[in-house]
Amino acid sequence: MTDATTGAVTAGTGAYEMVVGLEVHVQLKTVTKAFCSCSTEYGAPPNTNVCPVCLALPGALPVLNAHAVELATRAALALGCTVHPVSVFARKHYFYPDLPKGYQISQFDRPLATGGSLATDEHAVRITRVHLEEDAGKSIHDRYPAATAIDLNRAGVPLIEIVSEPDIRSAAAAGQYLRALKRVMEYTGVSDVNMEEGSLRVDANVSARLRGTEALGTKTEVKNLNSFSNVERALAAEFARQTAVLSAGGRIEQQTMLWDAAHGSVRPARSKEGSHDYRYFPEPDLRPLVVTSAWVDAVRGSLAELPAARAARYASQYGLGAGDIAALIDKPRVADYFEAVAAGHGDAKAAANWVLGEVLAALNATHMDVRAFGIQPAALAGLLGLVRDGTISHAAAKTVFAEMAHSGEPAAVVAQRLGVTQVGDDDALNRWIDEVMAENPAEASRYLAGERKLQGPLVGRIMKKSQGRADPKRVNQLLAVRTGA
Amino acid sequence: MTGSLVRAALDRAASVGAGREGLNILVAVNPHAVADAESAAARGGGQRLLEGVPVAIKDNIATLDTPTTCGSRILAGYVSPFEATVVERLRAAGAVVLGKTNMDEFAMGSSTEHSAYGPTRNPRDPCRVPGGSSGGSAAAVAAGIVRIALGSETGGSVRQPASFCGVVGVKPTYGRVSRYGLVAFASSLDQVGVLAQSVEDAALALGIIAGRDPRDATSAGRDVPDYRSAVRRAATGTTPLAGVVVGRPREYFPDGLHPGVRERCDAALNTLAELGATIRDVSLPHTTYAIPVYYIVAPAEASSNLARFDGVRYGARVQAEAVTAMYDATRSHGFGAEVTRRILLGTYVLSAGYYDAYYKRAQDVRTLITADFRRVFAGGVDLLFTPTAPTPAFKLGSISDPYEMYLNDIFTATANLSGVPAISVPIGTAEGLPVGGQIIAPHFGEASMFAAAAALEHALEHSPGAPPPSAPAS
Amino acid sequence: MSVSHDDVRRVAALARVGLDERRLPALAAELSGILDHMAVLARVDVAAVTDLAQEGEVHLRPDSGPPIPLLRPLPTFAPLMRDGFLIVPRLATHGGEARHGESPGAPVGNDRPDEEDSA
Repeated sequence: MTDATTGAVTAGTGAYEMVVGLEVHVQLKTVTKAFCSCSTEYGAPPNTNVCPVCLALPGALPVLNAHAVELATRAALALGCTVHPVSVFARKHYFYPDLPKGYQISQFDRPLATGGSLATDEHAVRITRVHLEEDAGKSIHDRYPAATAIDLNRAGVPLIEIVSEPDIRSAAAAGQYLRALKRVMEYTGVSDVNMEEGSLRVDANVSARLRGTEALGTKTEVKNLNSFSNVERALAAEFARQTAVLSAGGRIEQQTMLWDAAHGSVRPARSKEGSHDYRYFPEPDLRPLVVTSAWVDAVRGSLAELPAARAARYASQYGLGAGDIAALIDKPRVADYFEAVAAGHGDAKAAANWVLGEVLAALNATHMDVRAFGIQPAALAGLLGLVRDGTISHAAAKTVFAEMAHSGEPAAVVAQRLGVTQVGDDDALNRWIDEVMAENPAEASRYLAGERKLQGPLVGRIMKKSQGRADPKRVNQLLAVRTGA
Repeated sequence: MTGSLVRAALDRAASVGAGREGLNILVAVNPHAVADAESAAARGGGQRLLEGVPVAIKDNIATLDTPTTCGSRILAGYVSPFEATVVERLRAAGAVVLGKTNMDEFAMGSSTEHSAYGPTRNPRDPCRVPGGSSGGSAAAVAAGIVRIALGSETGGSVRQPASFCGVVGVKPTYGRVSRYGLVAFASSLDQVGVLAQSVEDAALALGIIAGRDPRDATSAGRDVPDYRSAVRRAATGTTPLAGVVVGRPREYFPDGLHPGVRERCDAALNTLAELGATIRDVSLPHTTYAIPVYYIVAPAEASSNLARFDGVRYGARVQAEAVTAMYDATRSHGFGAEVTRRILLGTYVLSAGYYDAYYKRAQDVRTLITADFRRVFAGGVDLLFTPTAPTPAFKLGSISDPYEMYLNDIFTATANLSGVPAISVPIGTAEGLPVGGQIIAPHFGEASMFAAAAALEHALEHSPGAPPPSAPAS
Repeated sequence: MSVSHDDVRRVAALARVGLDERRLPALAAELSGILDHMAVLARVDVAAVTDLAQEGEVHLRPDSGPPIPLLRPLPTFAPLMRDGFLIVPRLATHGGEARHGESPGAPVGNDRPDEEDSA
């Protein structure tokens, strides 16, 4: 609609489309820093993992970590990017107390890789670039009054920055993109991608435009996002703010917005004097990075199966349903465990049920990694075998499972010791049936006369008499035979 | 013998007045110098190339026993917790660090008048500058305190003071010597250089400090030839330069060249011809752009390299309520006028809107300067001969215009910009003041450069009008 | 090419070098004079310049090995430390944006520039 006074054209908020690009910083899983041999280990006492290079002492020089290059290349290839044979490091200048050199070594107009994409449930998001850079240290503002405490342990840790095109159209899609990205980083062993520890950080660029139009609106940058759900909430909040402004005829100011999780809102960062002048120029202390195509091919060949390929394989090889597949894909080591159990047992569905059920529950209860779990895949397969051939009931299996996790013994041994081996022997079963019928004559005769609904309770009494060891399936069958059914 | 060379050097320093009140050559003396010499000898050295020999180190090279101030207030009293590779290598060869020499602040200058610790005076004439920025190191050699001193080169800061003081000064090929521990001024230009009383000592010292260092990603992996042998071989025979083609680039002999300098250079060229060399007229047409290119690229990189001096982790700090005020005050108090000027200039040429027109363009033209050298050396010329500096040493305080000061680098900066090695040897005097002649070689051509320099030095020592020798050091 | 007083103020702020306003005219004149000499570069034909990025050996290091030791520990040369942290005066802040990786509860500084899109 057109404003009669100003002539400005406005629209209702529903007419707008969210346009989001994400910049994700991922810390590479190297032992030493990007440009020096200090340890990258998290949690060390402040300023203990430092040296002349990462302290930026006069006369110190950076030397690039070869493994950081490999991990960055792996990540770029896993995201379908083109890895460039020559890329150039650049100095990005600004003053901040946790940036020791007064510049960050990064990459500017000749990054390591460009032009990839990442598939999510909805659609593929294009990746603009992946480049290498170093992290800054940590500034802590609330520890001492009127002062900032600086810890440079993190200064110089290698990062990759993954920049997406503004292809994301909803908060939920952003969450999907981030989860998919995290999975790829885990699968390729590139990073621990742990947002709480800071090995994955997200900034979002958000704009709004009228649906059906091509031109991009003015974007704002949203920062201070410390979890995937907060990313989604922040995007929704910022989009709502922008559409409210636009539909009232206003204009979006290009600025940085901060997400305030406690209040569930975005607010502008203290205003800056326009954009920053980083004075990029090629880093003279590092020669251009040259990677041969043979080397890149070798890295590509060494990439483990990526999530999308694994999901497809689980559908075709194991016939698992989408829900189970999604749950397994999300936890690659658990999925490895599942595959080993499935191989040992043969029935993938049963294996999936147990892994996603009992195993995950046990891991969650103890915060344990599946690789440390007390039941090896072969042992679990053994247990499932006992269930399948009727040696123990499903219910008993859970008890056996718990004991196996504790003692590390094979299923058969535990089942025997606990005395839960099912009795499937018809003579024994019929004896118990006879006893129960004798003890409950009225019910027995009514059942035999045709009251089928009494079968359940009878089975229950038989199970009780047998102390749970009777094979309920067989008991049901034998009872049915007695009715002449 | 143990420690005697060091003691003699300390005595010499005292007698020439090397301290602040005198020539102001040494800004710090290593308190452990004698002890170091004695303990090294006791450990059974004795056979090493520089056993017990005292060396002076420019104060922008990190040493453990003395501060490294870079001639600046901002690093007053700063003692480095690590040692430069070049110092490590000299000490491994038995040398003892005698002390640190004065310099233009952060190596920015051509006269050693821009030090926070006062100017250094030329031992040959205390009213005159020793050149810069390695003026202290050149003076230490010229005054006979040490045989060998380390300096640094970015635009001529070893060769020009060598010329002004009448000693040998060499800049190696970029990447020949590790920069680890050399406080960076302009990273793509900086190299550690050697000042010495003789070409042979310069060759010896360079051979010790050169070679790949895994802590400097720009250091070259090539083997280091035996430079001293090349020098010794060149001393034999009557025509040691037979078959060598020496180019005389016309751009380095402009019409307005100081007549005394021109005369000495012409005589040196004649000597080279007498030694068997063929002299050929050549042209390096982009020489005229050297100063504009240098004074864009060097300050730009300097503005970046000096960003780390912020009072947070080391060095001087001026307290303030807020951190940005602390930066502003620390840096304005800590940096002198010339450094401030170059930081501002460098920041300007890198800033948004100016990068393409200035920094990028300068780097592009720089490649043309390098191409000039490549073309000439590929065209049958083995070495080039030029004056080192446009004039002899000027009087203290006589040049106040910054650009006029920058013109001191007019013949030396091209070698830094293109990375080729170059050496200045004393070739006589003009008005009683030393004049240096410069030999430039192709990349990694130090061996032939030293050989020619040694032959020239030898011939000039034994000719009438030979330059007066510097006072001998032990 | 003339460098104005504003230009000098701007670059002094970028370079975090505090400048006395009284020095501005002299500095502006000096910088202008120096840059005038550089104008000659604008006339050089750089069409033939090739990309030298291919040159030079590439030196990487393995992801291992001991760190370079500090032969004197940090407290011996740091201007101010407390409990192992380097201490600087507060950032001028009134609840500005957070920095990457900071603990969520920390009040935030404002001078950290935006991480803008590269290129």
